Amino acid sequence: MLVAPVGWLARLFDPPLRALQRVGGYGGMAVFFLAPNMLVFGIFVLFPLVLNLVYSTTGGAALFLGDRSFVGLAQYERLFDCSNYLDPKSCAEDLFWTAVWNTAGFVVVQVVLMVVVALVTALVLNRELKARSFWRAVFFFPVLLSPVVVGLIWKWILQRQGLLNLGLYELGLTQVNWLIERGWAFTAAVGVSIWAHVGFYALILLAGLQAIPKDLYEAAEMDGTRPARMFWRITLPLLMPNLIVVLVLVLIRSVQIFDEVYVLTGGGPGTATLYLTQYIYEIGFASHLRNPGLASAASILMGGVLVVLTLLQLGIGRRNEARGKK
Amino acid sequence: MSRATEFVFRRRGGRGWHWTDLFTWFWLVAGFVLMFGPAIWLVNSSFKTPAALAEFPPTILPYVTAEVTVEGYDKPLQLFEVTLEDGSVRVFAEVRRVGTVAQMVDPANPAEIIRVNIKDRTPVRTVSFATENYVQPFLAFDMFRYLSNSVFVTVMATIITLITNSMAAFALSKYNFRGRATVMVLIVATLMIPLSVILVPLYSVIAGMGLFNSLWGVILPTVATPTGVFMLRQYMLTIPDELIDAARMDKASEWQIYWRIILPLTAPALAVLAIFSVVWRWNDFLWPLIVLSRRELYTLQVALNTYAGETNVQWHFLLAMTVITMIPVVLVFVFLQRFITTGIAGAGLK
Repeated sequence: MLVAPVGWLARLFDPPLRALQRVGGYGGMAVFFLAPNMLVFGIFVLFPLVLNLVYSTTGGAALFLGDRSFVGLAQYERLFDCSNYLDPKSCAEDLFWTAVWNTAGFVVVQVVLMVVVALVTALVLNRELKARSFWRAVFFFPVLLSPVVVGLIWKWILQRQGLLNLGLYELGLTQVNWLIERGWAFTAAVGVSIWAHVGFYALILLAGLQAIPKDLYEAAEMDGTRPARMFWRITLPLLMPNLIVVLVLVLIRSVQIFDEVYVLTGGGPGTATLYLTQYIYEIGFASHLRNPGLASAASILMGGVLVVLTLLQLGIGRRNEARGKK
Repeated sequence: MSRATEFVFRRRGGRGWHWTDLFTWFWLVAGFVLMFGPAIWLVNSSFKTPAALAEFPPTILPYVTAEVTVEGYDKPLQLFEVTLEDGSVRVFAEVRRVGTVAQMVDPANPAEIIRVNIKDRTPVRTVSFATENYVQPFLAFDMFRYLSNSVFVTVMATIITLITNSMAAFALSKYNFRGRATVMVLIVATLMIPLSVILVPLYSVIAGMGLFNSLWGVILPTVATPTGVFMLRQYMLTIPDELIDAARMDKASEWQIYWRIILPLTAPALAVLAIFSVVWRWNDFLWPLIVLSRRELYTLQVALNTYAGETNVQWHFLLAMTVITMIPVVLVFVFLQRFITTGIAGAGLK
């Protein structure tokens, strides 16, 4: 029923495309098939990428390039105008450095916890379980939820009269203003982002675990090897390639953390959970201090970090491949 | 007794319990509660009235205090169970409260006012689902508009993604032309350029094309997904070239080869990409937030964020709207989760 009109539509295209093929040959048809995707790609990814470099050398609040003045590297100078990089208050653009250090702290804590939790989950799911696909699905459920929904679900639970404070109340403990105290807001940001994504990484690690040949364990068992030793000597080394892929993926994603934390805390309290992407968004669009050039410069710096991380991943991947061939 | 415990704890293979077995069960049960609990609590809360939501400690079921209209009073009065001095229990309606004394009436005999200490009465409460939380956003707010905007963006973006990505994948897997390797590198390279890196210039491109405050401005930048091209190409590489050669001998045009041979054979991969695309586009937040500034154009995600950011958050509506936003994704989870998990485990992509 659905296919019929599609087929009819496709047939309509046939005569003109036959003519095109007669003129352009097979090579021409290859270009025709590539064109729509590459056009979208060029206009909305490659062109903006180049444009970004130009934007970062212009000043003012105007949007279109024609209305903007050339300022050279002034935007970068402003970002790096600091007497002490560790102290954002001493910087001309204090919000940028606040965001940088917040993001750095978030990345370190979140990446370590995420990898550990994902690994433990994958190890648990790799055991002889009844209904393994059910349990796998349990941990995967939040991965599909939108970041906004994730943010709101947890905002509702962490609010002053929420479920978590009810738990503390029932246990006779003092209640906490989870999203209003700096330390707790940071903990919430880390925890919620792990909750939302851990199932995805556990899945990749589980695939790696299941690819480890079972006879290795059987042989080790015959030799009387203890389970802990099996883990350190067989499981971990053979899982290393997947573990590194996960590590780099988590790193790349946590550098760009935005949506769910933005909905959960709005960057607050104060600037306690203000991260780089939110800084770029607010300086570029939302704040009354709008400065698209500055946002461009900051986004290029972030892009640089991401490219380095990705090349690192590709490099490691290639090394693993080479080792596998040997 | 010892036999019973032995029976319960006995294991296959006759081996005893290891601490890892206990840990496995702890982790699975804790995971189950932690992963589903918050969403279930959200759904549960969305059926409560504002008064029930403000209550602390909250109840599990949505209770409302029963009310009754009594002759001689304009507003409905709240019902209470009152323990009288002689120990009997009666149901009265409260007229007003002065300090610790409540003035109450018997609904059957509204003329006589009875004074009761507030310690001696408890509200009569009944379980009732506040379905108006779900109905009101459609009537009072533009919920229907947000919903249809989200559906439009998701459906259009997915259809265009499937067409453009499959065409590009066909060219990259079945043709030899100069620059093919370059195109592949270019596509893979963009995997590392997230939206947040090109936010400002992309916005100016969209505005320059007159697509600011247009749903097409949300749709178009998302359709050339490198993941989709890559996934479909890998799948098409497994289709034997002999099929195409045979079709060419029968004078089939290249376009016919694409839609009558390649597309049907790629259906499984197309289905997986379609599921991915629906979830991605339904969940998109940052880009619609930037492109759409008029309320009637908001997608669900942007609308939710806006309502959550108001100074007086109307949680009873917001919770219900969040549940509605969750529904398509939960359906995908229930029916299609299998395809996604095998897709990720196979290719490690998202």
